[in-house]
Amino acid sequence: MQNMLTLLSNALCRITGRTAGAQTVSELLIGLSEYVSLTSPAAPDLAQTQRLPPKPPPVVSARASAAPLVSTSLAAPAARITASCSFADFTPQVTFDIKKCDLYRLEDGPSMKAELTREQGLQYYRTMQTVRRMELKADQLYKQKIIRGFCHLYDGQEACAAGVEAAINRSDHLITAYRAHAYTYTRGVSVKEILCELMGRRGGVSKGKGGSMHMYAPHFYGGNGIVGAQVPLGAGIALACQYQGNNQLCVTLYGDGAANQGQLFEAFNMAALWKLPCIFICENNQYSMGTSAERASASTDYYKRGDYIPGIRVDGMDVLCVREAVKFAADLCRAGKGPIVMELQTYRYHGHSMSDPGVRKWMWPFGRRWRRQHSLRWLTPSHHWTTCATTSLKTIHPWRSVGPTPGLSLSL
Amino acid sequence: MAAAARLFLRGIHSKCSVSGVSTVPRTSFGPRLLKLSPSCDPYTKAQRRHAAHFTFQPDLVPTQYGPTQKMNLFQSITSALDNTLSSDPTAVIFGEDVAFGGVFRCTVGLRDKYGKDRVFNTPLCEQGIVGFGIGVAVAGATAIAEIQFADYIYPAFDQIVNEAAKYRYRSGNLFDCGKLTIRAPWGCVGHGSLYHSQSPEAFFAHCPGIKVVVPRSPVQAKGLLLSCIADNNPCIFFEPKILYRAAVEQVPTEHYTITLSQAEVVEEGSDVTLIAWGTQVHVMKEVAQMAQEKLGVSCEVIDLRTILPWDVETVCKSVVKTGRLLISHEAPITGGFAAEISSTIQGHGGAGAYPSCHRAGGGVHPELVTSQSQFGKS
Repeated sequence: MQNMLTLLSNALCRITGRTAGAQTVSELLIGLSEYVSLTSPAAPDLAQTQRLPPKPPPVVSARASAAPLVSTSLAAPAARITASCSFADFTPQVTFDIKKCDLYRLEDGPSMKAELTREQGLQYYRTMQTVRRMELKADQLYKQKIIRGFCHLYDGQEACAAGVEAAINRSDHLITAYRAHAYTYTRGVSVKEILCELMGRRGGVSKGKGGSMHMYAPHFYGGNGIVGAQVPLGAGIALACQYQGNNQLCVTLYGDGAANQGQLFEAFNMAALWKLPCIFICENNQYSMGTSAERASASTDYYKRGDYIPGIRVDGMDVLCVREAVKFAADLCRAGKGPIVMELQTYRYHGHSMSDPGVRKWMWPFGRRWRRQHSLRWLTPSHHWTTCATTSLKTIHPWRSVGPTPGLSLSL
Repeated sequence: MAAAARLFLRGIHSKCSVSGVSTVPRTSFGPRLLKLSPSCDPYTKAQRRHAAHFTFQPDLVPTQYGPTQKMNLFQSITSALDNTLSSDPTAVIFGEDVAFGGVFRCTVGLRDKYGKDRVFNTPLCEQGIVGFGIGVAVAGATAIAEIQFADYIYPAFDQIVNEAAKYRYRSGNLFDCGKLTIRAPWGCVGHGSLYHSQSPEAFFAHCPGIKVVVPRSPVQAKGLLLSCIADNNPCIFFEPKILYRAAVEQVPTEHYTITLSQAEVVEEGSDVTLIAWGTQVHVMKEVAQMAQEKLGVSCEVIDLRTILPWDVETVCKSVVKTGRLLISHEAPITGGFAAEISSTIQGHGGAGAYPSCHRAGGGVHPELVTSQSQFGKS
């Protein structure tokens, strides 16, 4: 135990650059918790100040002043190698070309260019990576029977949650179905509270009474177990926003299975009739439990299901696509131009819930295609900026090897 | 168990003027009971047990229906559906995910055997499923609709109550949807929480025109399901999901029926009548055993089987004999079906008798993730 402790505390010293080691397990944990921030993006400032490495030595270059420099004081060998080249070539902001969205009853769609600052990039990445790790941990805990009940995991779809949150304000409202852990996180609940809730503990966000499907936060209305039931609720929240004239809107999410529920169409009708500021988002992950979309729906163009409501179909694996599309939809709603239906094409890596193995032979080729486009892959090595980000990304996950492999695929 | 103890404490002091019933003698029961349940005030705080305890107790092997085979509950349902599809060429089974076998394996192999036009999936729309089922039944085909969990039956509530139940009446018997049977997994399962544990039989008990049936075991399930399918009224068949794997019995492989609206006296007794249905019957059997061992009290356990229309006669006869009644169910106690039984029996009770009726049911809150053990097992 003492050897282990020494080993770990030495590793911690190397990582953090401190000289004093931890003598006890609690000191070690404190040290680790200071270094690894598990707070939600709601408190990014705190996370940032603790994460950002100390200022690097000045580089004599004309363009140096324009570039934020990454620390060279990290002990990791890879970082040292990277630090030896000049960061003066990297910019704090870059513009990506993103996929064009399919439009329905719309003349213009979301922008095909997305601007991304370094801070935003790191924040989206941190969010998605945290959600991924949290979901995989929940999987593990469920198999250990520490989490009981039902558990619907969101891994694979992280770009949707991160993109939606990036496009709306904290004061806007959001409601979704039962695959809600990621949205609970993006709406401001800490990972600790989410995991406590999953384990049915008092420290959970719903005091342990709700479990996986019933987590709530200010301006986040859950977490709803009954399929499709949240959609009329979302329309109602949008009505409240309109009535109160506070320039807020409601993002109402549902899945491809729920798209066949009757109450959705009732909600669409009311929203369109009264021009409610509601963004209806269908997270089409191709399967409602075990039934594929084509076998459950006469029309799999979920973005057109609103009939008289305009629709956009978006690549849900690209966080910037999602962000731009939701931003476009939000602007439309705030301008009073009524509801809009969006379809985010995405994929989940787990089965429907923990009791669904989610592995079927014929799904593999299909699944492989989606995994190649996985949502954490949006950084490509084609930009100098990216290499800078790679090093910064290392500071988020020093114990993972984030090598410059194509697609930046991370070990999951 | 604590509820039974409370009942006996009160029962000691209650008048039982029905002839032929012996009152419980005032022995040292009182102090013993007080030790067992420290707070014997039944109406202020609910007694709660903090450990889930339930053992399935199989019945004797039935010999009157032909050869038997070892089956659990879901296999007995599959067997019943198999019998139906083979004997009735108009029968169809539909619901969410039934094609591959269903989330509880109740329809395994049926699609391969009978074809995809007879066993097929519907989209995720309970109201649509039941409405569609009513249409199928009205047109003359036997429709067996599956609702994936009883908790999801509420979107279909309007269709069941306003359409299915009233079809025959409003058309003056010109049309009916008697060929419709709706099956749904029902009841506590230990980890189901709010939306996978509900027992909605009381909601439907309030609706004339349908039948509501809850079996307690595989043998009962197959017979009752086949009766529901054969019955000329729309039926809702609730299957206790915790028994799907836990309940194993020797079940007849051939077609057989068990009469609806007939309660079964599972254990004879003389001091108190215990009524339950579904999983709770096994809990009551254990209670009866414990009462006999620890208190020397002889309990008569009745399985109601059909909730609507329920067998008033059997229950009345039993209460006339014992003078005391305890009804227990998983569903919340307020407005639970025990209230109906209790008030009917109070009204019907034999000449001048006021049988002591008590109810033990679920709490007044939805199922919690962590406290499923407390729900209905008090």
